[in-house]
Amino acid sequence: MAPEDPVTVSPPPPPPPPTPSLKTKIARRFVKSLAEVWTSRKLATEGGVRKRARRIKIAAYSSMARAVGGSRRAWSRALLAKLQGRAKRRCHLRSQRCLGLKRKRAGSRNMVRNEVSGSDKLRRLVPGGKAMDLCNLLEETSHFVQCLATQVKVMQSIADRYSV
Amino acid sequence: MSSRRSRSRQSGSSGISDDQIIDLVSKLQQLLPEIRNRRSDTVSAAKVLQETCNYIRSLHREVDDLSERLSELLANSDSAQAAVIRNLLMQQ
Repeated sequence: MAPEDPVTVSPPPPPPPPTPSLKTKIARRFVKSLAEVWTSRKLATEGGVRKRARRIKIAAYSSMARAVGGSRRAWSRALLAKLQGRAKRRCHLRSQRCLGLKRKRAGSRNMVRNEVSGSDKLRRLVPGGKAMDLCNLLEETSHFVQCLATQVKVMQSIADRYSV
Repeated sequence: MSSRRSRSRQSGSSGISDDQIIDLVSKLQQLLPEIRNRRSDTVSAAKVLQETCNYIRSLHREVDDLSERLSELLANSDSAQAAVIRNLLMQQ
């Protein structure tokens, strides 16, 4: 007697969905935040280009950090903390333009040409880098660079698709 | 705090092995567009770090530019077009 009774056999469970790629995860979150920015009445003014651009930039970094599971990486934790701290400060100080995400060449006076100064610059660029040892710094940097490059690709595709 | 850990062949004082660092640096090297294209195996660790810093900075600049572009996309289109774009975005 066949164990499978065609009447009572239960359907096989659906195969688990494949893990979405990094690009998909980042794209989903960013598109959602972008839609929020675009539909926000406060920002939908002609003159609000700068303000919107800043919000979009913040959305890009926060969706990137969240897409990797906000607290799973040291850099994503540090990045989210920085964005949240900055959001609070922005309420008080409207004129705070230096977002600090774009570092100026502060180390140009440092003429010592060895890896230590190189890693110092890197520490300033990678969120949370100051507190890491070299090994972790390199590891976090690889992941951070990957995610940042993916974020840029996502933004480029969106901009290309919707620009006339 | 001068510690020549990346390039010297002596064992690291902090317990991180040289091989680990070399592996991590070469992993990083693969991500950099310029060095990858050059296909050179003799890139020093310092160069990799330097290129990484430059790459990160250029990525930040691109994010800035793209944010501006995306922001202008809404301002330039008239309201009907903007509504269409918004709907498309919401559906994804």
